[in-house]
Amino acid sequence: MKVLVPVKRVIDFNVAVRVKTDGSGVELANVKMSINPFDEIAVEEALRLKEKGTVTEVVAVSIGPAQASETLRTAMAMGADRGILIRHDGELEPLAVAKILKSVVEEEKPGLVIMGKQAIDDDCNQTGQMLAALLNWPQGTFASKLEIGDGHIQVTREVDGGLQTIDLDMPAIITTDLRLNEPRYASLPNIMKARKKPIAEKTAPECGVDVSPRLKILGVSEPSKRRTGTRVANAGELVTKLREAGVF
Amino acid sequence: MPALVLAEHDKGRLSEATAKTVTAAAQISDTVHVLVAGQNIASVSAAAAEIQGVARVLAADDARYAHQLAEPLAELILSVASKYDAILAPATATGKSTLPRVAARLDVAQVSEIVAVEAPDTFLRPIYAGNAIQKIQIPSGVKVITVRTSAFKAAPLGGNAIIETVAPAADPGTSRFTSENLSVSLRPELTNARIIVSGGRGMGSKENFILLERIADKMGAGLGASRAAVDAGFVPNDYQVGQTGKIVAPELYIAVGISGAIQHLAGMKDSKIVVAINKDENAPIFGVADYGLVADLFEALPELERALG
Repeated sequence: MKVLVPVKRVIDFNVAVRVKTDGSGVELANVKMSINPFDEIAVEEALRLKEKGTVTEVVAVSIGPAQASETLRTAMAMGADRGILIRHDGELEPLAVAKILKSVVEEEKPGLVIMGKQAIDDDCNQTGQMLAALLNWPQGTFASKLEIGDGHIQVTREVDGGLQTIDLDMPAIITTDLRLNEPRYASLPNIMKARKKPIAEKTAPECGVDVSPRLKILGVSEPSKRRTGTRVANAGELVTKLREAGVF
Repeated sequence: MPALVLAEHDKGRLSEATAKTVTAAAQISDTVHVLVAGQNIASVSAAAAEIQGVARVLAADDARYAHQLAEPLAELILSVASKYDAILAPATATGKSTLPRVAARLDVAQVSEIVAVEAPDTFLRPIYAGNAIQKIQIPSGVKVITVRTSAFKAAPLGGNAIIETVAPAADPGTSRFTSENLSVSLRPELTNARIIVSGGRGMGSKENFILLERIADKMGAGLGASRAAVDAGFVPNDYQVGQTGKIVAPELYIAVGISGAIQHLAGMKDSKIVVAINKDENAPIFGVADYGLVADLFEALPELERALG
């Protein structure tokens, strides 16, 4: 069975994000970019399934500018077998991404798509569910544990009240939560090897997909700042201050 | 055309997230309907009918909706979608799983986790873990929206909506519920609590969380945690407050042994009053705290417990 893992190039999670002064977006120039952390977890899970012998090939796909090939190299340095780059400059909405991924799924015919539950840039948490709907596949969102059976998969999900386990027919879409696994670091020899792994390139129009935006971004602004607080000397003073503030 | 709100409920109880989502929906459309899907939901439908501003409750009572699985639930919403120009759900695990399926099938975009309605077609939503706020417009088509409930007040009770039965929709039959392992707690739910006491890596162990539990019980508070504390196995996943965990905005948030990574701040920085207790005076959590106490938490917590009387 083949697993497809979509990976997104995003601002590194450690970077302090700054809003552009003209309010058109956030500063992306000269900012460190990395693989979306949830997608890294997805790559790791696919690799573990391959190491167990359940999966034969792990294919990473990224949609973005030429530099998104670096994100694919990261996935391949971890162990993905090959990459697919769908070239597109500029923002894409989750619906457009899901449509492109659908065309890739139809060509590659994976038994599973494992992807991050959300990208840490736009925080949409939509693409996996949309892809599942477009393919009419079941979905296991916010997964913290996977167990593959014969033609079906058990997914333990992180839900609001705790954990829920569901059973899905395959093929299926899985979206990863934080505790599914801890991704490996790529070793230097594997980083070198990844440079020789193939990346196939295509454009969004070649996928036959209309990616024009449906939403209009009217502006991006700074969140309201919290006022500077005060220090208290001990717990007793803290309780006095809180009583004064009338919170209890 | 009216707006439809997907009700959030569990074990025969309507969640307050529903009334908060109704508040957002009422700013988008003059008429609001609520869809209750589940099994044995008469009490939930009755509670939804009492929310002010709700004109109609659609009740779909069927075993296929018992566990809120996204596949049958999305089909149900789609079966009534043509009557609505806005479809909203609270940004809960169910809402976040189900609504994008609806949007994709309607071939429209979704706007996730709105925190304000600027105009019936224009919304504010946080991006980059709340480090930027996006103003976004849906120029045409059905509006499919999830609502960050901590940003909206619950619509009051006192309404008297019509309850109408809707037929279940075809179940794709590709997903089945197996089991669940839910946290049992008598403390207030995080997304609803007026006071939250939260612990981080600094708590050191699962056992030490009892220090926090005592404080929480004295204050009638909910108990939360940072990702580090959950990853370390101190507490279950549903305690997590943060960008990808629960987003909370209580009257009082007490962060203990939490350094304050931006991902954690994203989940709590809209709290009215923030207290930080940490031995590292340079911890970023102090940057958002109204009251900071630089102290060893193992000394400060028993002291705080005594001070609370």
